[in-house]
Amino acid sequence: MLTNFKRILNFAVNDFDRNKGVSLAAIFVLTITILLVTGLLFFQGMMNYLTIQIQDKIDITAYFIDGATESEILEVKNEILKMSPNIKKVEYVSKDQALAFFNEKHKDDTVLTRALQEVGDNPFLPSLNIITNGDPVQYASISNILQNSDFSKLIDKVDFSQKKDTIEKVYSITRNVNMFGLILGIILIIIAMSVVFSTIKLVIENSKDEISTMKTVGASDWFIRGPFLIQGVIYGIISFLICILLSLIFAYFLSSKIQVMLPGFNIFRYFLTNWWIFVLIQLGFGIGVGVISAFIVVKRYLEI
Amino acid sequence: MIKFNNVTKIFQAKDVVLEDISFQIEKGEFVCIVGKSGAGKTTLVRLILGLEIPTSGEVYFGDLNLNEANPIKIQEIRRKIGCIHQDYKLLPKKTVYENVAYIMQVEGKNNEEIAKEVPKVLDIIGLKDKTNNFPDQLSGGEKQRLAIARALVNHPDIIIADEPTGNLDPYNSYEVISLLQKINQAGRTVILSTHDREIINKLGKRVITIESGKIIRDEKAGRFII
Repeated sequence: MLTNFKRILNFAVNDFDRNKGVSLAAIFVLTITILLVTGLLFFQGMMNYLTIQIQDKIDITAYFIDGATESEILEVKNEILKMSPNIKKVEYVSKDQALAFFNEKHKDDTVLTRALQEVGDNPFLPSLNIITNGDPVQYASISNILQNSDFSKLIDKVDFSQKKDTIEKVYSITRNVNMFGLILGIILIIIAMSVVFSTIKLVIENSKDEISTMKTVGASDWFIRGPFLIQGVIYGIISFLICILLSLIFAYFLSSKIQVMLPGFNIFRYFLTNWWIFVLIQLGFGIGVGVISAFIVVKRYLEI
Repeated sequence: MIKFNNVTKIFQAKDVVLEDISFQIEKGEFVCIVGKSGAGKTTLVRLILGLEIPTSGEVYFGDLNLNEANPIKIQEIRRKIGCIHQDYKLLPKKTVYENVAYIMQVEGKNNEEIAKEVPKVLDIIGLKDKTNNFPDQLSGGEKQRLAIARALVNHPDIIIADEPTGNLDPYNSYEVISLLQKINQAGRTVILSTHDREIINKLGKRVITIESGKIIRDEKAGRFII
């Protein structure tokens, strides 16, 4: 068994070395395909960041009545957090904080500052800012529960109806962008896989007569198939090494340029944080496509 | 040893290549299968190797009905047969040494045995100096000798030579046929498929004549008559 495996390995390395031209062609096509998948991975990372940034800007606010105590409001906050796992953040803003935010925001606006002085007292209400996954249904549901639950007597108003249109529009845009990215990704991957399959088919087609001879002399299917599969693995590993290096260089040098387009998003940090995902996808895709294509093509010739 | 029992092979509707063929080949026999090009000789050889399945009838190798044999059994049978083809069917990406060694590797022989046996066979066949050459660096005669070395290296029970002299000059043809005779004298079964009249008439061995897919003659010490 081990001897056979060593022989198969030896055949594969020899064939790879003796067919440098076709081996390079296969590696080139596989590298392009993995780069495409890597590009989609970077694109998805950027889109996710953009979506989160937009969704985090959208919230609804529940304003409490003037007499509501902090402990009562924090209890409501805990209840809201229990409502759904899709609630990302609930932030308590006290009367004093609301006043401080207002003063800070309008410190240069003398009219507003004077108006506030004329009111005399702090006119702001304590509130809870609620951020979910961006789904308008989620916001509507929270708004509905807040206004119809036991603690509705503590709530003065929920501003969902004013923000409803904006929330729906933003959610629809982010959902469509994600869907478009997914569909485009699938189409591109299918095209790329077809190109790799055709290239590997051409590589193995050169060995069609050889496979037939091997069959005639009584070689087992695995003894014939093995070297081609191992060559697929070699193509995959070499393509992976090229791609991971190119990804690293790309992420490092383009990081500042992408940060100009997408402030706050550091593509190099994104690459380093998701290092293992990149490695697994590139390696898995390279070896997977190489081996599966070789398996299918050799199987076809073994059946002739 | 090999038995064809009412074998018919039809490739496509109305394309009958072999029709109701029955014959038997005993151990140690030298059998010539003759016929014009397209008579069905190569299909007959492919049926013995289990590369084709009869449309009807049975092909037996010993007691084993090849139609019912599983792929592993078929592979075992192929390893018991040494094949020589008109187009050599060498492995182009392997050297002369590797081409011969491959057959022993398929058989599962160990490396020491291979290292001992292959140079010996290459020496006998006169290719010792071409050990590291690739098939495309050999002449036609050398290619055929390599094909013979490959067919002999595992000491198979049967040698099937399908038009082995088709691409050779008279001198090389004579060498190949002499070698097949020697193999047969050593007790092995030889099946020679050819349409070379002179060779058949000189051999004076059993001749099965095929015409349009049918056996029209089967003679003990036959001649080439078509």
